[in-house]
This record gives sequence, C-alpha cells and structure tokens, in this order.
Amino acid sequence: MKPVIKVDGIVTRFEDRTIHDGINLHVNKNEIYAILGESGSGKSVLMKEIIMLLRPNAGNISVLGREINNISHKEAQKLRLDWGVLFQFGALYSSLTIAENIEVQLKEYTNLSKSMRDRLVRSKLSLVGLKPYVANLYPSELSGGMVKRASLARALAMDPHLLFLDEPTSGLDPIGARNFDKLIVDLRNLLGITVVMITHDLDSIFGIVDRMAVLADKHVVAEGTLKNVLQSQHPFVELFFKNEYTKERFKEKIKDV
Amino acid sequence: MNNIYFIYEEYHDYIKLISQGEWTLATVRQIEEKITKISYDKKIVWDLSNVSSFDSSGVVLFIEYYRAFQKRVEVEVVGYTPKQKEMYRLISKDLEIKTEYKKESIFEKIGKKAYEVIFDIFDFINFLGHLFLTFLNIFIHPKDFRIKEIVYHIHKSGLNALIIIGLTSFLVGMVIAYQGSVELAKFGADIFIVDTVGISITRELGPMITAIVIAGRSGSAYTAEIGAMKITEEISAMRTMGFDPYAFLVLPRVIALMVALPLLIFFSDIVGILGGMVASKMQLGISMTQFIDRLYEVLDVKEYILGMIKGPIFAFVIASIGCFRGFQVSDNTESIGLHTTSSVVNSIFLVIAFDALFSVIYTEFGL
Repeated sequence: MKPVIKVDGIVTRFEDRTIHDGINLHVNKNEIYAILGESGSGKSVLMKEIIMLLRPNAGNISVLGREINNISHKEAQKLRLDWGVLFQFGALYSSLTIAENIEVQLKEYTNLSKSMRDRLVRSKLSLVGLKPYVANLYPSELSGGMVKRASLARALAMDPHLLFLDEPTSGLDPIGARNFDKLIVDLRNLLGITVVMITHDLDSIFGIVDRMAVLADKHVVAEGTLKNVLQSQHPFVELFFKNEYTKERFKEKIKDV
Repeated sequence: MNNIYFIYEEYHDYIKLISQGEWTLATVRQIEEKITKISYDKKIVWDLSNVSSFDSSGVVLFIEYYRAFQKRVEVEVVGYTPKQKEMYRLISKDLEIKTEYKKESIFEKIGKKAYEVIFDIFDFINFLGHLFLTFLNIFIHPKDFRIKEIVYHIHKSGLNALIIIGLTSFLVGMVIAYQGSVELAKFGADIFIVDTVGISITRELGPMITAIVIAGRSGSAYTAEIGAMKITEEISAMRTMGFDPYAFLVLPRVIALMVALPLLIFFSDIVGILGGMVASKMQLGISMTQFIDRLYEVLDVKEYILGMIKGPIFAFVIASIGCFRGFQVSDNTESIGLHTTSSVVNSIFLVIAFDALFSVIYTEFGL
C-alpha cells in the first residue's frame, strides 16, 4: 500500500544552523503516527514543511500522492482541503464565534445551504464532545480543553483524510488528555482518517500511537512501532523511554519487548 | 428518479431506497437536491449497504432525511455497518437543538448604542480619576516617579517625530505663503505675508498640525501597545505583581507627551515660518533679511506663547485617550483595530474642539 505521507531526504537550514540533515519517514493510511524528539529537534519545523508552511532546503515530501515541492497553486489548494490542522494553542480566529470558526471553510469552499452548514457545525461539535451552547461563544470565553476540542472540530470541518495535531494533549489535565486520546482513536476508527501528531505525552505514545519517528541529532534515529523504537540504542531513546520513571510506569508494555 | 446516489424502487406496500456511491461533503449538495424530490406515502426501506464511502457530512444528510421521512411514514434502515451506526449515535445527539437568534429592533439598537456611549463617558471619567490619583501619589512617594520610562517615551514620541513634523510644517508654511501672496500682491501689500504666515503658524497651525500628527503617530501606538498587552494578559500579570498599570504605563506616556508636544510645537513654528520664508522669496521676492526684520516688528512673543500653551492640553487629550482605548481592548485581535481607530478619531476631534475653545477664550480675553 502506498504511504499517505512520504518524507525523503529533508534538509533544513536556518541561516547557518542545520535543523534537519536528511530526514526520511513515511506514514501509512489510517494509522496514528507520532513525531517525537527533544525540544529544538525540529519536530514543529518538519510538520510545518509537510503542511506547506515552510519550504525545506532540500528533499522531497509527498502527501496523499502529491509531490509538494513543485505543486501548482490549484493543486496545493485542493490538497489543503484534504487535511485539517490542530495548532498547539488552537489558533481559533478570535473575532469569530466557535460556530463561525468551524463554518468558515464550509462557507468559502462549498455551496451548501445555511441550514445544512448549521447542521454540519453542530455535528462536528457533538463529534468532539462539545455542548451545543458552545457554538455561540467566542474563543476567549472557552477553557483550554474546550479550545482544543473546538479547534479539532474546526480541523474536521471539511471531513479531511489527514489530520495534523501539534501537541494535542499539552496543557490538558490528565483525565482530559486521556479523553482526548480516546477521541482521536474514535475519530480515526470512525472516519478512517490518518493522524500525524507531535507529542511528548508518554500516555499517548504508549496508549494510542501506532508508529512513530524519533528526531534527534538532525536525523530520524528510530522509526516504527513502539517495539522497533525501544530496540534503538540512541542516547535520546535511552533517556526518554528507558529511565526509571518510564520503565516503572509502563512496565506492562515494555515487558514484552 | 434513479441517479448515481440512490435508486428508488416502488413496491406494493413499501418503497425501497437504495443509497449508493459516495455520500460525502463533496456530494451532499447534489444528493440533497435529488432526495427532496422523492414522493412517498408508504413505508420506506432504506438500504445503505451499497454506499462506497460515508463521511460525517453524509451521515448528517442521512439523519436529516431519515427524520423528515419518519414524520410521515415508517422508515426501516437496513444494511448499515457498525461504524455507520456509531457515527449516527455520535452525531445525532445534539443535531436538533435549535439555537435561537434574536433579531434586534431599530429602537433596541439605538438604545444599546446610547447606553454604550454614556457608559463610555463614565468609564473615561473613571479613568481620568484614577490617573489623577496616580499623579497625586507621586507627590507622596516621589520614588514612584518613573523618570526612565518618561525619557524613553519622550524619545520615542517626541524626538523620533521631528522629521515628519518638520516636513509637514514646512509644507503648510509654504502653502500659506503661496496662497496668501496671490491675494496680497493684488493690493501691493506684499510684505504683509510675513504677518499672515507668522501669526497663523504660531497661534493656530503649528500647534494643530503637531497635535494631529502626534495623534496619528503616538496616540494610535499607545492604544495598540496597551491593547496587545491586555490580550496577552501582561496587564493582569502586572497587577498580580503589584505594579499599577496606571503608574507604569499610563502616567509615563501622558507626562512624556505633555513635555514633548510643546517642544515639538516650538520646532514646528520655526520650520513652518521657514517654509513661509522660502515661498515668499520665490513668489514675492521678499528677501530673508526683509522677512526677519518684518517678523520682529509684527510677531509678538505673546502669539507664540498662546500657541505653546495649547501643547500640554492637546498632549493630555491624545495620551489619555490613547491609553484609555488601549485598556478597553477585549480579548480578540479585531478589537485592537477598532479601538486604535476610535482612539485616533476621538483625539483628533477633541484636539480640534479644544482648539476652538481656545479661540473663543482668547477672543473673550482680548488676547
């Protein structure tokens, strides 16, 4: 099966600082894929390159079968409707209500009637587990967890095939974070979407992630299932997965590796 | 009646509706157009087994028509997958709750607006009171006088504005001289151009031009700075640390502008008269020495002082409105724009209104 995302030999430099020096990875259809790594290892930069916010200095990225290096404007627009992005701090438009935030793409890109759009907005809210009254609130009136959910609803507005999440559980309480994890799995199972996320959350990594890439020293130092990654001897993997706390907390899962 | 999205079969005691193809966001509109035309008067058996792909928009459409059919006849849904059922369960929960939009009447709007304006004025009075108390506090605790910030703002709003103020004043001085010279030359009263330029610039135009440029330049900056700090909760952070935003943000700006504006007016007066001098030379052939000699005769120090007195008042109006509007910014980015606009518009209007007031007062006292 062809991968949904294929990243091939990405090199990124900011002035004379090299962030990536030949990054290779691929994401398969319908899986939950995590990008992890220490801070400053260029996880967010890599995600921004995949969603066409930044351009790498060298290398190829193909998303949903399209090469994004030399993509036409029209093709790029089409591709953008095929994915949803959840930013770390939500990035909801502060001057629009939650309903308008979710509706904005539907309004611009489809010819659906107002009543149908309203129904879709309400269905998205209920998908992410928000009460209908939230629709008429402004982003500043929501709690942190609600902002995450609302921006997930917005990311799902166009029924995308691909979902990018930047630290989806950061800033949530542990219960909220696990609920959010469950929500991501549910959405993946129900809507058949592929999820790519940046995360540090051990519970998410051990709980819901199918495959992952570990970024360190400008390279992908380990890629694959948890089992594959745990076999790596790289210092960052050792530090992240094989410390006393992680070993103790997830001994059930680590045991059978 | 049949199409790529569903097949319609009529039997003796029921209608069979077989959905097929893609029921997704991209096709919802076309399906909706066709499905509303279906006529039905008996039980419907709705078969979903042929649908090739279903997304949440498709499910929403399904739910809508499922409910519409149900109102009149019995509906039996067959051939759905567990996934579709789960999606139905998740989505159908809150779909029907109507959010009521209340329409406002014109009177309601007028009333609300009037209420807003009145409370805006109350808020401003409150702001001025707070500012006054902060000012008094300096005399009790002279250590709270933030000289460093004041100097910084004098530099930013005063010194850095010299070029634009100079340019504007020079051009206005030239324009006055040009326009005046045409009329005065008719009477052979060429030399009176010095009176015209000298008095109009120092008494009226210098202070006014400077105040308007500063309102656009610094008043707007004050609103945007404080507004952005409000959105990022920096103002709240200051309060929790026991820093009074009035003492740290407002007072330094107000005092700085009250110091800087008269100085800028002084500068504007000089450059404006210089502009007039250049234009007189070009248009009427009045030499520089002639111009300056005449200026000595007609331009009293009084005129110049009357103009300068307006400076601190204009500065207070501009700075206090700029800061006040900054504090009014609410939690969204749009409101920074709105409040910056209203800050500039309000302060320019008030500058002109105060200028008119000064004219009346000066005339009453025969100055």
